[in-house]
Amino acid sequence: MKIRYKKPTGCCEGPKDPTSAGSCSSPAASAGSKEPTAATSCCAPIDAPVSKTSCPQPSRTELPKEIKKTDCCQPPQTKLEAEVKKTGCCTPSDQGRPARYKTVSTHLSFSDRLRHIRCRLGAFRLSYKINPGLYAVGRPSDASEVFISANYGLSFDILRSSLAGSDAWILVLDTKGINVWCAAGKGTFGTDEIIRQIGLAGLGKVVTHRRIIVPQLGGPGVSGHEVRRATGFKVVYGPVKASDIKAFVDAGYNATEEMRTIRFNLADRIVLTPMEIRPALKNYALFSLLALITVSITPEGLSYQAAWTYGSRLVMLGGLAVVSGAFITPALLPYIPSRSFAVKGFLTGLATTIPALWLTGWAEILHPMLTFFSMIFFPLASSYIALQFTGSSTYTGISGVKKELRYGVPVYITGAVVSIVAVAAYKLFEWGIL
Amino acid sequence: MMRYLKGVSTLAFDREKCTGCMRCVEVCPHRVFKADGKKAAVTDKDLCMECGACERNCAFGAIKVGAGVGCASALINGMLTGSDPVCGCSTDDSGCC
Repeated sequence: MKIRYKKPTGCCEGPKDPTSAGSCSSPAASAGSKEPTAATSCCAPIDAPVSKTSCPQPSRTELPKEIKKTDCCQPPQTKLEAEVKKTGCCTPSDQGRPARYKTVSTHLSFSDRLRHIRCRLGAFRLSYKINPGLYAVGRPSDASEVFISANYGLSFDILRSSLAGSDAWILVLDTKGINVWCAAGKGTFGTDEIIRQIGLAGLGKVVTHRRIIVPQLGGPGVSGHEVRRATGFKVVYGPVKASDIKAFVDAGYNATEEMRTIRFNLADRIVLTPMEIRPALKNYALFSLLALITVSITPEGLSYQAAWTYGSRLVMLGGLAVVSGAFITPALLPYIPSRSFAVKGFLTGLATTIPALWLTGWAEILHPMLTFFSMIFFPLASSYIALQFTGSSTYTGISGVKKELRYGVPVYITGAVVSIVAVAAYKLFEWGIL
Repeated sequence: MMRYLKGVSTLAFDREKCTGCMRCVEVCPHRVFKADGKKAAVTDKDLCMECGACERNCAFGAIKVGAGVGCASALINGMLTGSDPVCGCSTDDSGCC
């Protein structure tokens, strides 16, 4: 809806002097600019058609980065002013203060994308948080849609970039910097937090409709009917993927079966593998150290020859087991026989260890006891690492993982004992005791 | 569509209590529920990953599922420490989630 101003009223008074730019906390004014900025940054020009929320939003170029607060408006002095403010300038919150929100761009900058890569690769993802609260994309009005998001930067960025060209509100919950799906599982992306943030943002005064769009993957934490009972807002579940949001809204809040289904295709799986490899590498480093020390200790003292001949092969086989469990198994997940992740990982481990031992001739170089050890230990290590991928997969449930562990853990313990016995036997042979 | 282990899901649907609001059909990310006449019905229980979204969004108590994290490292940590399995995403850099 467009409205026209006859006169600039309400918040839109020019500054009395250059240093106090009216009531507007425009970026330039707060940055100590000597220019009178209020007339251009805060207010609509006379007789110009303006959208409802145009007043608090200066042009993009004047934004410090992407953030702008909307406290440009004073409480209304006259009835006319009050009317204009209600419709044209400020959105009062529950407390009678103007609702505060920040405007964000739908464009992902180079540094945003760099942050996303760092999130995927490592522990940085735990510190990529944004402030919870209300955000504006484009120039939303009181009829614009409200999307709920988590305060994990990556989740928020994917949502805002999916809203390019739209005018919408984003209400960000405090999920402790965790993505929607995981936070919903914990309950931090949940009913209580939605109710709390709706209250804090004064959402009831920001929009006239009573509808919030919650990502479908937030479902495990959100009780739609409880949110409605507490706030009056109806929860509409959006599609699984933010990239489908526009099509979803355009179709009248109807998601196709495709949009409602969580996928786990090759790209989805590959992008998760760095976070499988990372924790596995810690144990791999420990394994490599122990392997090198164990083979080096000979009756004649520390042997570099043994460290090289045996140790280097064991370390390489160990690396292969990590790749097998943390990368090959996730990547080829649907094509590896069995539904069990532990069995999948074991098969992949066998498929990598056997050629590595026999096609390279390592089986002849290694002591028979070490070859035996390799055949037991590395496929089981691959299996154990692959089992960890249940935490990243989108279709494994707790009952199934419990079942895998019920059968798997005794096998892993037995395998570990046999491996230790094999290494001990190798040492005893080497030392001529057996 | 990928399926996990057979016959392990704890999903239980009580058709008697179902009012046909179809909220479960809307929220299930694995399409376990479908509209069957005026009520919901379970299509294939083995598709269920026990996320619990259906139960939480059923205002009529027609769905019960033992929801929890389907994450091996969380369950192993729970076993070792004797605590409830929690997803490790917010506390350390384990591979979970």
